[in-house]
Amino acid sequence: MEILKYPDPRLKQVSEPVDCFDDALRQFVRELEQTMRAGPGGVGIAAPQVACFKQIVIVDVSSKPKIPSHGCMILINPELTRWEGLALGREGCMSVPDYTGNVIRAESITVQALNEHGEQQAFDCEGYEARAVQHEIDHLQGMLFLDRLVSRRNDLFKRKVYKK
Amino acid sequence: MNHWYMLTVVGEDRRAIVAHLTHALYEGGCNLGEASMMRLGGNFSIMMMVQTTLSKHQLDQLIEPVVDSLGLHAHIDSIKGQLHQHQIPDVRVHVNGADRAGIVSQVVGALAEAGLDITDLESDVAGTEQQPIYLMIIEGHASEGIEPLRSALEIVAQNGIDARIDEIETMVG
Repeated sequence: MEILKYPDPRLKQVSEPVDCFDDALRQFVRELEQTMRAGPGGVGIAAPQVACFKQIVIVDVSSKPKIPSHGCMILINPELTRWEGLALGREGCMSVPDYTGNVIRAESITVQALNEHGEQQAFDCEGYEARAVQHEIDHLQGMLFLDRLVSRRNDLFKRKVYKK
Repeated sequence: MNHWYMLTVVGEDRRAIVAHLTHALYEGGCNLGEASMMRLGGNFSIMMMVQTTLSKHQLDQLIEPVVDSLGLHAHIDSIKGQLHQHQIPDVRVHVNGADRAGIVSQVVGALAEAGLDITDLESDVAGTEQQPIYLMIIEGHASEGIEPLRSALEIVAQNGIDARIDEIETMVG
């Protein structure tokens, strides 16, 4: 499937919840996962990135060594039910080629979602995996990491020191 | 034919330097590429990619009124454009210490020998006039992996410099 690229205005569109868990949904999820794996270094994807404005996200950071992972998470109608701590990290996006930048995210989260069979599930995610989940859920709200960039010279850690 | 130039402008910081300079460039039909502009000490510094059909001399003449009126110094070099080739850094080095001559040279020298290609370096002199401290953040690509860089920093740290290196794991979603 083709990835929408910024500044395509459709990337600003808010996605609707999924209410029908049928074979067509499961087929779409398979194709979305293939698209994610075909992207350069992609560890997550959201349905609106392929112009499907439904609350469907896939995150799989298991290809990264030394990073805690739940494997391939299919997150439908996801909701963050817990978030703790702040961390600065570098992000890129398949919808924003040739640019990476620093973004502040919650360090630790719990995400509740349905899987492709409509079954309720919850994951406690930390660090890099938590970052990926938050990045993808942002897509469902029409947000890109560009909307959350922080200055290179005045990052979270510097401000922490100078505020004392 | 369009040419790319690197326009370097420095001068004592004052209000609206960027506005005046970019207005003159826009009115002269120039297109801007990537830029780095910041206040260093009390000075404002600009490095800016400029694309134009003008010759180097004509570009110099275009900005001359702004440069002269604001007391700036400008320098122009012909360059290759080379946009859309960002290198993603995979390490970040933090260096702090009492300010003294030679910190940058010692640190980046050791890191270069250990395989670091620097993509971004920023430094500040903070503290007080009596006790200045030097802070530096370097991002780059570890061409030989992170371990040689760690070893290099351990040696540098023996000279009273606090240095640490973190991996940057860029998340692409």
